[in-house]
Amino acid sequence: MGKLLVEDKTIVTPGEELAEGMDFLPAEGTFREKDKIIASGLGLVSINGRLIKIISMTGRYIPKKDDTIIAKVTDILMSGWILDINSSYSAVLSVKESRDFIRRDADLTRYYDIDDYIITKIVMVTSQRLVDASMKGPGLRKLIGGRIIKVNSNKVPRIIGKRGSMVSMIKNATDCNIIVGQNGIVWIQGLPKNEIIVVKTIRKIEQEAHISGLTERIKTFLEKETNKKIVVEKVE
Amino acid sequence: MAYNKRIDGRKFDETRPIEARVGVIKNSDGSAYFKMGKTTAYAAVYGPRGIHPKFLQNPRNGKLRCFYNMMPFSSMGERVRPGANRRAKEIAMVTEKALLPVIDLTEFPNSVVDVFIELPQTDAGTRCAGICAASMALADAGIPMKDMVASVSVGRVDDKLVVDLDYSEESYENGTVADIPTAIISRTGEISLLQMDGKLSRDDLKKAIEMAKKACSKIDKIQRDALKKKYEVKNE
Amino acid sequence: MNREQKDYILNFLEQGIRFDGRKLDEYRPIKIETGFSENAEGSAKVSIGDTIVLAGVKLSVGEPYPDTPNEGTMMINAELLPLSNPDFEPGPPGIQAIELARVVDRGIRESGSIDTKKLCIKKREKVWSITVDICPINDEGNLFDASTLAAVVALKNTKFPSYDGDVIDYKKKTKDSLPLKKLPVSCTVIKIDNYFIVDPTPEEEKKVDSRLTVEVEEDGTLCALQKGGDKPLTAEDIDKMVKIGIKKSKELRKLL
Repeated sequence: MGKLLVEDKTIVTPGEELAEGMDFLPAEGTFREKDKIIASGLGLVSINGRLIKIISMTGRYIPKKDDTIIAKVTDILMSGWILDINSSYSAVLSVKESRDFIRRDADLTRYYDIDDYIITKIVMVTSQRLVDASMKGPGLRKLIGGRIIKVNSNKVPRIIGKRGSMVSMIKNATDCNIIVGQNGIVWIQGLPKNEIIVVKTIRKIEQEAHISGLTERIKTFLEKETNKKIVVEKVE
Repeated sequence: MAYNKRIDGRKFDETRPIEARVGVIKNSDGSAYFKMGKTTAYAAVYGPRGIHPKFLQNPRNGKLRCFYNMMPFSSMGERVRPGANRRAKEIAMVTEKALLPVIDLTEFPNSVVDVFIELPQTDAGTRCAGICAASMALADAGIPMKDMVASVSVGRVDDKLVVDLDYSEESYENGTVADIPTAIISRTGEISLLQMDGKLSRDDLKKAIEMAKKACSKIDKIQRDALKKKYEVKNE
Repeated sequence: MNREQKDYILNFLEQGIRFDGRKLDEYRPIKIETGFSENAEGSAKVSIGDTIVLAGVKLSVGEPYPDTPNEGTMMINAELLPLSNPDFEPGPPGIQAIELARVVDRGIRESGSIDTKKLCIKKREKVWSITVDICPINDEGNLFDASTLAAVVALKNTKFPSYDGDVIDYKKKTKDSLPLKKLPVSCTVIKIDNYFIVDPTPEEEKKVDSRLTVEVEEDGTLCALQKGGDKPLTAEDIDKMVKIGIKKSKELRKLL
């Protein structure tokens, strides 16, 4: 027995009743109270068979294992580096997890210095939110040059697009290198006027992510800004 | 002499006109603007974020910290000297206690969620406007919340029970006054703030609380509509 | 801010643009609203881009300073509200807030904007006392210019409350405005390497070598200056920055 009290893809507020009866199961962002399933935050309802979850559209980044992020070095210890990962928790990158073998008495600033930005991967998050990062993996490296902007980490999936289709479209249209961290930090490098277009495009995606027809709109926007025709490859 | 007509002509159980908006302070993680009659409150949420000094950290649970301030030019009458005074500290504390029952900070050990409430214009009911704004701002910040809180003052002016006292009623001189700020948790109707200045009978208190619940249920709808408005999902 | 990132902004400035696409001497869109607080004798809300500042004016009657027995008094106060910026902490005004208040004060006081002699009620005993409070609610850079603009506009639309010689009735506002003469306009110019830009965003403020806030009267006379930033300026730099300040202040003045 079960009855849905809201429609899929609607915005709900904390405490709103989503479903009645034991048929439905509470997933992320919801909880069960007696026979009702209730939203535990502001977000978009997502119904998948019997599972009801809330997709958050707001809120700071919460570090997760296996996330690839862009971090800033804020301190250097004997055994590694402390990283700002755009969260209320910092991460630790230990010397053992760096890409190259580093001798015990080496000067760590020669590898990553304070205020350097790096692409890194989160390998562990403890219950007390101690976060370990690692540079062992493809594509993980220090970022040179370019500029950094912060985006709403909840919008990262839209900025990247299915299989990277959105960010690829922007890269091709503007000839810029773009790396989007799961933690809402984005690195952009290209000619100044093109970088400005990238930033404008990303801000537009952030604001309109929840409105349907986004890909078409962004394509049109990019074409207008760059005066170039864009071919969008179909992603299955 | 009986209080047969309210000074501003409202019905006895009517609140002043309300205006509510969400997302008004861009730097914050969540924010809201709540206006009830002339009393205007901004609330901005920053967090979860790190907390300093370290000894304030709670390794089991995130912390909620509220701050309340009336801007120096906000009162009818003399300028209010800026600075945290005792009244502001007490209001901040009861605001915190009013919001705590609905928020869940177990996912954020060693972090803090800061809520800053500022009032540019006041006409009584300031802590209530502050709590209403804070509740919306917390939801806007994506803080896990199992419900929302609405707040209104109720009380007695002379021989009538009223809702949402303005300054002229609070300071009414032709009869006794009781001023009762309340905060109500939306789904359960539980009361998370209750204070009183003045004199009241036990029976009148029961009736006043029922009036508060009814008024808060209307305010709750306004708060939720404001949240949804910001994230309206449009189909093109 | 590491050297690489600092150098990176120069790629932009070389081409005459900034990170947000503005020209070096371009301000963000400015909006001015008056009277947001009916309880204040005068109030103004100014936004420059996403920076939003509230200013409110309160009047009271008090004793004059002993060395100016027939002049009213004025005080400007600013608080960097933690509401407006994650880096601001609650507590009494720190040095940043104090500098902001004093720089805004300097421009208004030195330009003689307020004819304080006309604020005298009874020589040596009673004068009008003006307090302007500046409260930013969102700090996206350039608080100096936004605050001066907000303070000046708030003073401009201030009305005296009723006063019977003994007690002020704040509930009754008269139609009388403050005796204002000249109004200053503030323009903050910052120097990054060899480039001068106006209306900096927080990203740009972090890369500042030095800054010069220039307050200008209608006829181009300078009425206040404040240099900030860690690096020194040459006399040539100062002249260039002052020239930019005067030019921009003319445009900003049209908004008053």
